[in-house]
Amino acid sequence: MAKTQITAEPGIPQIIMTCEFDAPRDLVYRAYTEPELLQQWLGPREYTMTVKENDVRDGGKWRFVHSDGGGHEHGFHGVFHGNPSPEGIVRTFEYEGAPGHVSLETLTLTERAGKTLVRTVSSFQAVEDRDAMIASGMERGVHDSDERLTELLARLQAG
Amino acid sequence: MSTDRLSVTFQALADPTRRAILARLALGESSVSELAEPFDISGPAISRHLKVLEQAGLLTRTRRATARLSHLEAEPLREVTTWLARYQRFWDESHERLDELLAALQGKPADNDGS
Repeated sequence: MAKTQITAEPGIPQIIMTCEFDAPRDLVYRAYTEPELLQQWLGPREYTMTVKENDVRDGGKWRFVHSDGGGHEHGFHGVFHGNPSPEGIVRTFEYEGAPGHVSLETLTLTERAGKTLVRTVSSFQAVEDRDAMIASGMERGVHDSDERLTELLARLQAG
Repeated sequence: MSTDRLSVTFQALADPTRRAILARLALGESSVSELAEPFDISGPAISRHLKVLEQAGLLTRTRRATARLSHLEAEPLREVTTWLARYQRFWDESHERLDELLAALQGKPADNDGS
């Protein structure tokens, strides 16, 4: 059901992600902001996610830690800017494994016919920051896939 | 200027003409004049683009008779897609879980298409 569209243009320090959920906006907003709900979905299944801090207001701090159960922990934190609401959330994001490389995340929630589209724009300080964040913070086994290569080539052709 | 391979690949891809050249090479090896044909730019400009792509390891060049032929090298592109796939998997899996959670919160069975 959930189909995540991710766009990362070469040379532009941004990632744009969209995903539609079969739920009203207020509920999706709760899932994005209430610790007990966030902990149930954010991150890979084999990681335990703990919300250490989540002060959802202008200037409030958030901090999440993902643990793999084998002593490896990945911490992320940032600050909310402006008052978060079901219409949208603006916050900074920093992976504690790469301090100082801060990105700005703008989430927009749009409801249409009972479904909610979540669009997240992550803006990094530099293309290298975007690449490093993903390379270090989201380490997982990935199979090379000729299918994805084909898709990339098709996108290169279209672009 | 960053020298790690992923950054070099991204820098080489950060130009629409170079992406179009790669798309053309995906169909088969080509000479410089064949590659220049769809573009309104000079031969030396095309050669500069080919040099950037060659330095990034995205193409190799061979000589046949008088023509210099370019071939696509897929390995750096594979690294870029692996990198993207890793990020994609993190969010695919998170959003799948969020889907299940939202269904449970609404007292609905999860709309699971088995993917």
